[in-house]
Amino acid sequence: MDYGRSERPAGAAPLPTAIKILIAGGFGVGKTTMVGAVSETRPLRTEEVLTETGIGIDDLSGVEAKSTTTVAMDFGRITLSDDLVLYLFGTPGQDRFWFVWDELALGALGAVVLADTRRLADCFPSIDYFEGRGTPFVVAVNCFEGARQFRLDEVQAALDLDPGVPVVLCDARQRESAKEVLITLLEHAMKLRETRRRAAGD
Amino acid sequence: MTGRGEPAEHEWVDDHAGPVVRPYAVTGGRARPVTGTFDLISLVTATRTEVGSESGLGPEHVAIVGLCQRIQSVAEIAAHLDLPVGTVRVLLGDLAARSLVQVREPRATAAGLPDEHVFEAVINGLRAL
Ligand SMILES: Nc1nc2c(ncn2[C@@H]2O[C@H](COP(=O)(O)OP(=O)(O)OP(=O)(O)O)[C@@H](O)[C@H]2O)c(=O)[nH]1
Ligand SMILES: [Mg+2]
Repeated sequence: MDYGRSERPAGAAPLPTAIKILIAGGFGVGKTTMVGAVSETRPLRTEEVLTETGIGIDDLSGVEAKSTTTVAMDFGRITLSDDLVLYLFGTPGQDRFWFVWDELALGALGAVVLADTRRLADCFPSIDYFEGRGTPFVVAVNCFEGARQFRLDEVQAALDLDPGVPVVLCDARQRESAKEVLITLLEHAMKLRETRRRAAGD
Repeated sequence: MTGRGEPAEHEWVDDHAGPVVRPYAVTGGRARPVTGTFDLISLVTATRTEVGSESGLGPEHVAIVGLCQRIQSVAEIAAHLDLPVGTVRVLLGDLAARSLVQVREPRATAAGLPDEHVFEAVINGLRAL
Protein backbone atom coordinates (compact mmCIF):
# COMPACT_ATOMS: atom_id res chain seq x y z
CA MET A 1 0.00 0.00 0.00
CA ASP A 2 1.00 3.52 -0.68
CA TYR A 3 0.59 6.09 2.04
CA GLY A 4 0.45 9.81 1.50
CA ARG A 5 2.82 12.02 3.43
CA SER A 6 0.48 12.68 6.27
CA GLU A 7 -0.94 9.17 6.52
CA ARG A 8 0.48 6.90 9.11
CA PRO A 9 0.97 3.25 8.22
CA ALA A 10 0.35 2.23 11.82
CA GLY A 11 -3.23 3.40 11.37
CA ALA A 12 -3.72 0.56 8.92
CA ALA A 13 -2.71 -2.13 11.40
CA PRO A 14 -5.60 -3.69 13.31
CA LEU A 15 -6.23 -1.90 16.58
CA PRO A 16 -6.03 -3.95 19.76
CA THR A 17 -9.23 -4.76 21.59
CA ALA A 18 -9.94 -3.39 25.00
CA ILE A 19 -11.53 -5.10 27.97
CA LYS A 20 -12.29 -3.89 31.45
CA ILE A 21 -12.57 -4.97 35.04
CA LEU A 22 -14.29 -2.92 37.75
CA ILE A 23 -12.90 -2.18 41.19
CA ALA A 24 -15.80 -1.50 43.56
CA GLY A 25 -16.40 -1.16 47.29
CA GLY A 26 -17.24 1.41 49.90
CA PHE A 27 -15.84 4.89 50.44
CA GLY A 28 -12.09 5.00 51.05
CA VAL A 29 -11.62 1.23 50.89
CA GLY A 30 -8.66 1.39 48.51
CA LYS A 31 -10.20 1.32 45.02
CA THR A 32 -7.99 4.02 43.53
CA THR A 33 -4.98 2.56 45.34
CA MET A 34 -5.54 -0.83 43.73
CA VAL A 35 -6.05 0.68 40.27
CA GLY A 36 -2.77 2.55 40.67
CA ALA A 37 -0.85 -0.42 42.08
CA VAL A 38 -1.31 -2.57 39.02
CA SER A 39 -1.71 -0.04 36.19
CA GLU A 40 1.13 1.14 33.99
CA THR A 41 0.57 4.79 34.82
CA ARG A 42 -0.82 6.62 37.81
CA PRO A 43 -4.62 6.47 37.92
CA LEU A 44 -6.35 8.78 35.47
CA ARG A 45 -9.63 10.49 36.16
CA THR A 46 -12.52 11.06 33.81
CA GLU A 47 -15.85 12.70 34.37
CA GLU A 48 -19.38 12.19 33.17
CA VAL A 49 -21.67 15.20 33.25
CA LEU A 50 -25.18 14.43 34.34
CA THR A 51 -28.19 16.61 34.00
CA GLU A 52 -30.74 16.98 36.71
CA THR A 53 -33.13 14.67 34.92
CA GLY A 54 -30.68 11.83 35.37
CA ILE A 55 -31.42 10.62 31.86
CA GLY A 56 -29.44 11.44 28.77
CA ILE A 57 -26.15 11.33 30.57
CA ASP A 58 -24.33 13.49 28.06
CA ASP A 59 -27.17 15.79 27.20
CA LEU A 60 -25.69 19.24 27.42
CA SER A 61 -28.32 20.99 25.35
CA GLY A 62 -29.86 23.87 27.19
CA VAL A 63 -27.40 23.27 29.93
CA GLU A 64 -27.54 26.81 31.22
CA ALA A 65 -31.11 26.22 32.26
CA LYS A 66 -30.49 22.84 33.87
CA SER A 67 -28.62 21.86 36.95
CA THR A 68 -25.88 19.37 36.37
CA THR A 69 -23.45 17.35 38.37
CA THR A 70 -20.36 15.38 37.50
CA VAL A 71 -19.39 11.86 38.45
CA ALA A 72 -15.69 11.10 38.53
CA MET A 73 -14.25 7.71 37.67
CA ASP A 74 -10.66 6.66 38.28
CA PHE A 75 -9.11 4.24 35.89
CA GLY A 76 -5.84 2.76 34.78
CA ARG A 77 -4.48 0.92 31.79
CA ILE A 78 -2.52 -2.33 31.52
CA THR A 79 -1.22 -3.13 28.04
CA LEU A 80 -1.18 -6.93 28.08
CA SER A 81 -0.03 -7.53 24.52
CA ASP A 82 -0.07 -5.94 21.08
CA ASP A 83 -3.71 -6.82 20.69
CA LEU A 84 -5.11 -6.72 24.21
CA VAL A 85 -5.46 -3.75 26.55
CA LEU A 86 -7.02 -4.09 29.99
CA TYR A 87 -8.64 -1.13 31.75
CA LEU A 88 -9.42 -1.07 35.44
CA PHE A 89 -12.19 1.27 36.52
CA GLY A 90 -12.82 2.32 40.08
CA THR A 91 -16.58 2.72 40.49
CA PRO A 92 -18.01 5.98 41.80
CA GLY A 93 -18.92 5.68 45.45
CA GLN A 94 -22.44 7.02 45.77
CA ASP A 95 -25.44 4.81 45.23
CA ARG A 96 -27.29 7.52 43.33
CA PHE A 97 -24.95 7.03 40.40
CA TRP A 98 -26.18 3.54 39.55
CA PHE A 99 -26.68 4.47 35.94
CA VAL A 100 -22.97 5.22 35.67
CA TRP A 101 -22.35 1.77 37.15
CA ASP A 102 -24.58 0.33 34.44
CA GLU A 103 -22.41 1.89 31.77
CA LEU A 104 -19.26 0.64 33.46
CA ALA A 105 -20.58 -2.87 34.09
CA LEU A 106 -21.72 -3.34 30.50
CA GLY A 107 -19.24 -5.74 28.93
CA ALA A 108 -16.97 -5.90 31.99
CA LEU A 109 -15.20 -9.22 32.47
CA GLY A 110 -15.91 -9.01 36.16
CA ALA A 111 -15.52 -6.97 39.32
CA VAL A 112 -13.40 -6.86 42.43
CA VAL A 113 -15.35 -5.81 45.52
CA LEU A 114 -12.91 -4.39 48.06
CA ALA A 115 -13.91 -4.81 51.69
CA ASP A 116 -12.60 -3.38 54.94
CA THR A 117 -13.36 -5.66 57.89
CA ARG A 118 -13.86 -2.63 60.14
CA ARG A 119 -16.88 -1.63 58.09
CA LEU A 120 -17.94 -4.64 56.12
CA ALA A 121 -21.44 -3.35 55.48
CA ASP A 122 -20.02 -0.66 53.18
CA CYS A 123 -19.58 -3.23 50.43
CA PHE A 124 -23.15 -4.60 50.59
CA PRO A 125 -24.46 -2.29 47.83
CA SER A 126 -21.65 -3.37 45.48
CA ILE A 127 -22.29 -7.04 46.16
CA ASP A 128 -26.04 -6.63 45.71
CA TYR A 129 -25.44 -4.81 42.45
CA PHE A 130 -23.15 -7.43 40.90
CA GLU A 131 -25.29 -10.32 42.16
CA GLY A 132 -28.33 -8.67 40.61
CA ARG A 133 -26.61 -8.18 37.28
CA GLY A 134 -24.94 -11.58 37.23
CA THR A 135 -21.52 -9.95 36.90
CA PRO A 136 -18.79 -12.30 38.16
CA PHE A 137 -17.08 -10.85 41.21
CA VAL A 138 -14.64 -11.68 43.99
CA VAL A 139 -14.40 -10.08 47.41
CA ALA A 140 -10.93 -8.85 48.31
CA VAL A 141 -10.45 -7.97 51.97
CA ASN A 142 -8.03 -5.06 52.11
CA CYS A 143 -5.57 -5.50 54.97
CA PHE A 144 -5.48 -2.15 56.69
CA GLU A 145 -3.16 -2.11 59.70
CA GLY A 146 -4.93 -2.50 62.99
CA ALA A 147 -7.97 -4.00 61.33
CA ARG A 148 -9.45 -6.75 63.39
CA GLN A 149 -8.43 -10.04 61.86
CA PHE A 150 -11.32 -12.05 60.54
CA ARG A 151 -11.11 -15.49 59.02
CA LEU A 152 -12.11 -15.51 55.39
CA ASP A 153 -14.96 -17.92 56.03
CA GLU A 154 -16.29 -15.50 58.64
CA VAL A 155 -16.26 -12.73 56.06
CA GLN A 156 -17.96 -15.04 53.59
CA ALA A 157 -20.71 -15.76 56.12
CA ALA A 158 -21.05 -12.13 57.23
CA LEU A 159 -21.51 -11.05 53.62
CA ASP A 160 -23.94 -13.89 52.97
CA LEU A 161 -22.10 -14.79 49.78
CA ASP A 162 -22.80 -17.71 47.52
CA PRO A 163 -20.34 -20.46 48.45
CA GLY A 164 -18.68 -20.22 45.03
CA VAL A 165 -17.69 -16.56 45.37
CA PRO A 166 -13.96 -16.32 46.18
CA VAL A 167 -12.95 -14.26 49.21
CA VAL A 168 -9.28 -13.36 49.34
CA LEU A 169 -6.99 -11.15 51.39
CA CYS A 170 -5.11 -8.40 49.65
CA ASP A 171 -2.97 -5.35 50.11
CA ALA A 172 -4.28 -2.89 47.57
CA ARG A 173 -0.95 -1.01 47.61
CA GLN A 174 1.02 -4.03 46.40
CA ARG A 175 1.23 -4.77 42.71
CA GLU A 176 1.69 -8.53 43.18
CA SER A 177 -1.25 -8.69 45.54
CA ALA A 178 -3.50 -6.74 43.16
CA LYS A 179 -2.41 -9.01 40.28
CA GLU A 180 -3.33 -12.11 42.30
CA VAL A 181 -6.78 -10.69 43.02
CA LEU A 182 -7.37 -10.01 39.32
CA ILE A 183 -6.21 -13.49 38.34
CA THR A 184 -8.51 -15.04 40.97
CA LEU A 185 -11.37 -13.01 39.51
CA LEU A 186 -10.65 -14.09 35.93
CA GLU A 187 -10.38 -17.77 36.87
CA HIS A 188 -13.66 -17.48 38.75
CA ALA A 189 -15.31 -15.71 35.83
CA MET A 190 -14.16 -18.44 33.43
CA LYS A 191 -15.50 -21.15 35.71
CA LEU A 192 -18.81 -19.33 36.09
CA ARG A 193 -19.06 -18.91 32.36
CA GLU A 194 -18.55 -22.64 31.83
CA THR A 195 -21.12 -23.52 34.51
CA ARG A 196 -23.69 -21.20 32.99
CA ARG A 197 -23.08 -22.59 29.52
CA ARG A 198 -23.64 -26.14 30.76
CA ALA A 199 -26.76 -25.09 32.62
CA ALA A 200 -28.05 -23.55 29.41
CA GLY A 201 -27.56 -26.97 27.84
CA ASP A 202 -25.04 -26.39 25.09
CA MET B 1 -35.21 11.64 38.77
CA THR B 2 -38.35 13.59 39.30
CA GLY B 3 -38.25 15.23 42.71
CA ARG B 4 -37.23 18.62 41.42
CA GLY B 5 -38.29 20.48 44.49
CA GLU B 6 -36.56 18.24 47.01
CA PRO B 7 -33.73 19.90 48.92
CA ALA B 8 -31.55 16.75 48.83
CA GLU B 9 -31.62 16.98 45.08
CA HIS B 10 -30.24 20.49 45.06
CA GLU B 11 -27.45 19.77 47.49
CA TRP B 12 -25.59 17.59 45.09
CA VAL B 13 -26.58 19.45 41.98
CA ASP B 14 -25.49 22.92 42.96
CA ASP B 15 -22.01 21.96 44.11
CA HIS B 16 -20.92 21.02 40.66
CA ALA B 17 -22.76 23.27 38.28
CA GLY B 18 -19.66 25.28 37.35
CA PRO B 19 -17.33 23.25 35.12
CA VAL B 20 -19.91 22.56 32.45
CA VAL B 21 -19.53 25.88 30.67
CA ARG B 22 -16.32 25.03 28.82
CA PRO B 23 -17.51 21.65 27.45
CA TYR B 24 -20.68 23.33 26.27
CA ALA B 25 -18.65 25.88 24.33
CA VAL B 26 -16.29 23.27 22.91
CA THR B 27 -19.10 21.34 21.24
CA GLY B 28 -21.18 24.37 20.37
CA GLY B 29 -23.87 22.97 22.61
CA ARG B 30 -24.15 19.69 20.76
CA ALA B 31 -25.03 16.74 22.97
CA ARG B 32 -24.59 13.81 20.60
CA PRO B 33 -21.88 12.77 18.17
CA VAL B 34 -22.79 12.98 14.49
CA THR B 35 -21.67 9.36 14.18
CA GLY B 36 -20.58 6.53 16.46
CA THR B 37 -21.32 5.58 20.05
CA PHE B 38 -17.81 5.57 21.62
CA ASP B 39 -17.74 3.27 24.60
CA LEU B 40 -15.41 4.41 27.39
CA ILE B 41 -12.92 1.77 26.29
CA SER B 42 -13.32 2.08 22.54
CA LEU B 43 -9.79 2.46 21.20
CA VAL B 44 -9.00 5.37 18.95
CA THR B 45 -6.06 6.02 16.66
CA ALA B 46 -5.46 8.95 14.34
CA THR B 47 -5.25 8.20 10.64
CA ARG B 48 -2.96 11.18 10.05
CA THR B 49 0.03 12.61 11.85
CA GLU B 50 -1.54 16.03 12.02
CA VAL B 51 -4.47 18.13 10.91
CA GLY B 52 -4.37 21.79 10.13
CA SER B 53 -7.03 24.26 11.05
CA GLU B 54 -8.92 23.25 7.90
CA SER B 55 -12.49 22.03 7.72
CA GLY B 56 -13.89 23.80 10.75
CA LEU B 57 -12.06 21.83 13.41
CA GLY B 58 -11.31 23.42 16.73
CA PRO B 59 -8.22 23.19 18.92
CA GLU B 60 -9.71 20.28 20.87
CA HIS B 61 -10.14 18.27 17.66
CA VAL B 62 -6.52 18.96 16.78
CA ALA B 63 -5.46 17.96 20.29
CA ILE B 64 -7.27 14.62 19.98
CA VAL B 65 -5.51 13.84 16.70
CA GLY B 66 -2.23 14.68 18.41
CA LEU B 67 -2.99 12.43 21.39
CA CYS B 68 -4.16 9.58 19.22
CA GLN B 69 -0.85 9.17 17.44
CA ARG B 70 -0.61 6.57 20.19
CA ILE B 71 -3.67 4.37 20.65
CA GLN B 72 -5.94 5.78 23.35
CA SER B 73 -9.27 4.82 24.81
CA VAL B 74 -12.11 7.33 24.90
CA ALA B 75 -11.68 7.50 28.68
CA GLU B 76 -7.97 8.31 28.31
CA ILE B 77 -8.65 11.06 25.79
CA ALA B 78 -11.18 12.61 28.14
CA ALA B 79 -8.77 12.40 31.07
CA HIS B 80 -5.83 13.89 29.18
CA LEU B 81 -7.87 16.75 27.72
CA ASP B 82 -9.68 17.29 31.02
CA LEU B 83 -13.05 17.25 29.29
CA PRO B 84 -16.18 15.27 30.20
CA VAL B 85 -16.62 12.01 28.32
CA GLY B 86 -19.79 13.25 26.60
CA THR B 87 -17.93 16.21 25.13
CA VAL B 88 -15.13 13.99 23.87
CA ARG B 89 -17.69 11.71 22.21
CA VAL B 90 -19.06 14.64 20.23
CA LEU B 91 -15.56 15.68 19.14
CA LEU B 92 -14.69 12.10 18.16
CA GLY B 93 -17.85 11.92 16.09
CA ASP B 94 -16.69 14.96 14.12
CA LEU B 95 -13.29 13.35 13.54
CA ALA B 96 -14.74 9.95 12.62
CA ALA B 97 -17.09 11.59 10.11
CA ARG B 98 -13.98 13.05 8.41
CA SER B 99 -12.09 9.73 8.66
CA LEU B 100 -9.45 11.43 10.75
CA VAL B 101 -9.64 8.73 13.41
CA GLN B 102 -10.13 5.00 13.35
CA VAL B 103 -12.17 3.47 16.19
CA ARG B 104 -12.30 -0.05 17.53
CA GLU B 105 -15.25 -0.89 19.72
CA PRO B 106 -14.53 -3.19 22.68
CA ARG B 107 -14.84 -6.91 22.19
CA ALA B 108 -17.20 -7.52 25.07
CA THR B 109 -20.58 -5.92 24.61
CA ALA B 110 -24.13 -6.34 25.72
CA ALA B 111 -24.24 -9.26 23.28
CA GLY B 112 -21.98 -11.25 25.57
CA LEU B 113 -18.56 -11.71 27.06
CA PRO B 114 -15.57 -12.59 24.91
CA ASP B 115 -14.62 -16.24 24.52
CA GLU B 116 -12.37 -18.02 26.95
CA HIS B 117 -9.25 -17.35 24.91
CA VAL B 118 -9.55 -13.74 25.93
CA PHE B 119 -9.80 -14.69 29.61
CA GLU B 120 -6.75 -16.92 29.23
CA ALA B 121 -4.83 -14.21 27.44
CA VAL B 122 -5.60 -11.74 30.22
CA ILE B 123 -4.53 -14.21 32.92
CA ASN B 124 -1.28 -14.98 31.10
CA GLY B 125 -0.67 -11.31 30.42
CA LEU B 126 -1.15 -10.45 34.10
CA ARG B 127 1.16 -13.26 35.23
CA ALA B 128 3.83 -11.98 32.86
CA LEU B 129 3.70 -8.40 34.17
N1 LIG C 1 -2.84 0.53 55.45
C1 LIG C 1 -3.39 0.45 54.26
N2 LIG C 1 -3.86 1.59 53.71
C2 LIG C 1 -4.42 1.52 52.50
C3 LIG C 1 -4.56 0.31 51.79
N3 LIG C 1 -5.21 0.56 50.63
C4 LIG C 1 -5.47 1.88 50.62
N4 LIG C 1 -5.00 2.48 51.73
C5 LIG C 1 -5.11 3.90 52.08
O1 LIG C 1 -6.49 4.20 52.29
C6 LIG C 1 -6.84 5.49 51.81
C7 LIG C 1 -7.99 5.41 50.81
O2 LIG C 1 -7.57 4.73 49.66
P1 LIG C 1 -8.18 5.06 48.21
O3 LIG C 1 -7.48 4.16 47.26
O4 LIG C 1 -8.17 6.50 47.95
O5 LIG C 1 -9.67 4.57 48.42
P2 LIG C 1 -10.89 4.72 47.41
O6 LIG C 1 -11.71 3.49 47.61
O7 LIG C 1 -10.41 5.03 46.05
O8 LIG C 1 -11.62 5.97 48.04
P3 LIG C 1 -12.85 6.81 47.41
O9 LIG C 1 -12.60 6.90 45.94
O10 LIG C 1 -12.73 8.12 48.10
O11 LIG C 1 -14.07 6.07 47.78
C8 LIG C 1 -5.57 6.05 51.19
O12 LIG C 1 -4.98 6.90 52.13
C9 LIG C 1 -4.71 4.81 50.95
O13 LIG C 1 -3.33 5.13 51.01
C10 LIG C 1 -4.04 -0.88 52.41
O14 LIG C 1 -4.10 -1.97 51.86
N5 LIG C 1 -3.47 -0.74 53.63
MG1 LIG D 1 -11.02 6.59 44.75
